[in-house]
Amino acid sequence: MTRTPPLLEVNALKKHFPLRGGLFGGVTGQVYAVDGVTFSIEKGETLSLVGESGCGKSTVGKAILRLIDPTDGEVWLDGARIDNLPASQLRPLRRRIQVVFQDPFSSLNPRMRVRDIIAEPLRNFGLADGDGEIGDRVAKLMDTVRLPRDAMRRYPHEFSGGQRQRIGIARALAPGADLIICDEAVSALDVSVKAQIVNLLSDLQDELGLALLFISHDLAIVEHLTHRVAVMYLGKIVEIAERRALFANPRHPYTRALLSAVPVPDPTAKRDRIILTGDVPSPINPPSGCRFHTRCPYVFDRCRTEEPVLREVGEGQRTACHLDELPALRMLPQAA
Amino acid sequence: MSATTLPDAPVATASAPHVTPASAMPDVLPQVAPRGRVLTFIRRHPTIFAGGLLLSLVVFVAVAAPLLGTADPTALAPAKRTREPSALYWFGTDMLGRDIYSRVLYGARVSLIVGFAVALLASVIGMVIGLVSGFVRWADSVIMRVMDGLMSIPPILLAIALMALTRGSVGNVVTAITIAEIPRVSRLVRGVVLSLREQPYVEAAVASGTRVPMIIWRHIVPNTLAPITVQATYICASAMITEAILSFIGAGTPPIIPSWGNIMAEGRALWQVKPYIVFFPAVFLSLTVLAVNLLGDGLRDALDPRMAKRL
Repeated sequence: MTRTPPLLEVNALKKHFPLRGGLFGGVTGQVYAVDGVTFSIEKGETLSLVGESGCGKSTVGKAILRLIDPTDGEVWLDGARIDNLPASQLRPLRRRIQVVFQDPFSSLNPRMRVRDIIAEPLRNFGLADGDGEIGDRVAKLMDTVRLPRDAMRRYPHEFSGGQRQRIGIARALAPGADLIICDEAVSALDVSVKAQIVNLLSDLQDELGLALLFISHDLAIVEHLTHRVAVMYLGKIVEIAERRALFANPRHPYTRALLSAVPVPDPTAKRDRIILTGDVPSPINPPSGCRFHTRCPYVFDRCRTEEPVLREVGEGQRTACHLDELPALRMLPQAA
Repeated sequence: MSATTLPDAPVATASAPHVTPASAMPDVLPQVAPRGRVLTFIRRHPTIFAGGLLLSLVVFVAVAAPLLGTADPTALAPAKRTREPSALYWFGTDMLGRDIYSRVLYGARVSLIVGFAVALLASVIGMVIGLVSGFVRWADSVIMRVMDGLMSIPPILLAIALMALTRGSVGNVVTAITIAEIPRVSRLVRGVVLSLREQPYVEAAVASGTRVPMIIWRHIVPNTLAPITVQATYICASAMITEAILSFIGAGTPPIIPSWGNIMAEGRALWQVKPYIVFFPAVFLSLTVLAVNLLGDGLRDALDPRMAKRL
């Protein structure tokens, strides 16, 4: 059986950060930031990785980009394993995965002109020769992200947040990437600018066939541009599904709670909020069994001892919850 | 489970407001009209202007010393010793009859050479050390413990100890003060490098395939220059004072060379009866240090490119 491999495949990815302390700076513990995350992204597809702060979603992005080295697990790009490549062999592949960061103010070097910022990947990968060609390519990229061409000569501090984010997107597009990781790329922007950037990203996806890994905590934005959604909680994916299925029929109690927290722009709307009690447990010492059991409204004994695995519960929908094995409990009240 | 087209409408109630795609943006950044550039600069950076003017004056005096009606600063005239300031001897003469005006003007050369040389050398060497310890993690703790050790010795004592090991000369003074100043620069650079390394634009550069030497050159070094320049001006001022102190206590430039510290040292015994011997070099030293510090303060405010927004 042959099938084309997905563009990106992440398999049981783990990233544990050692905790140092004590008199001699020895390792006293581990932060289980990402603890076995598996997903794949097809060409031209958008996968959103959602979850609250500190659940490890940005760490997943950085591990794929190899800005940090994963502790364990595999990352495959187009059927080739990339997580264990030495830096020299990894460099050419960096062309294919690019990143747009959250903070439009610190993601651009304040001492470089926009032209040089966008030209940096072109020069690094030898994609354009000579000043003229680089200028042409940069000008085209400026058009692509709808920025005026004469902005090339300016410094980042002369731009607004939304414009800077466009510069960041142009830089990510420059090397002709197949996959762009948007790490909270619109979270720092105003709502109207946010919508512009989201529209720009989905237009670019249609035009260029880009795949996007959209890391966000904002479900309203995610719903607007994604094909599939993966929900993370404490370093693990608890539910992954097509957008429609996830928003219409969330299976995991955490997903339901998360969806019920999305604000509805209608003050009269009647909503059943699921208010979770307590805080997210520390990733240094995660709960036994299901990591969500300390806050889950439907918790039962098995959750405390046995860790649920991701199981297929519908077409393309997988969830890690023991409830799904109890047919009687499958029809829990819907959140949305 | 691939889904390559976006379904037409959002499914649930909450969705982002639909907004038409971003169109080309108007150029909202007006050009700054060039007008009275010099005056504008003075108005915006008065401290740079004042410090720069004062410092240029001292530099001019030092360079043009032979043309400013001076005599040989080392010529002895025992018959004319300890003369009060007058039309002939503007700043008076010292206990060996040497013209203090000439000695102060030539003394500016020593102070400026020591100040600038130490600032330059300490910045360059401190920057290299700071970059290495910021980037090479295993070397960091070793380098920083050595720097801690150096910093635990008062800089004057360290310089005196180093001068005691060598012969008195301007070069040795520069070396001694430089060694005493390096830890401050390298700690500063290391701190800046460590914070810059975590900046998203450095991570974006790594993700864009930029090699480490280019990252240091393009992204790290330019962003350390502003704090280093400011630090260098303070080092320059402090080096001038240290040189004067070393000369004053006889551990600096040899007495044959007129330096402000030497002149003050020679006038020390007579300062109650002939205060002008100490007064004039002291005033010049204070003004020069003030000029450099003003310049440093002004540069600190001006060198941050985000400040340029106020244009």
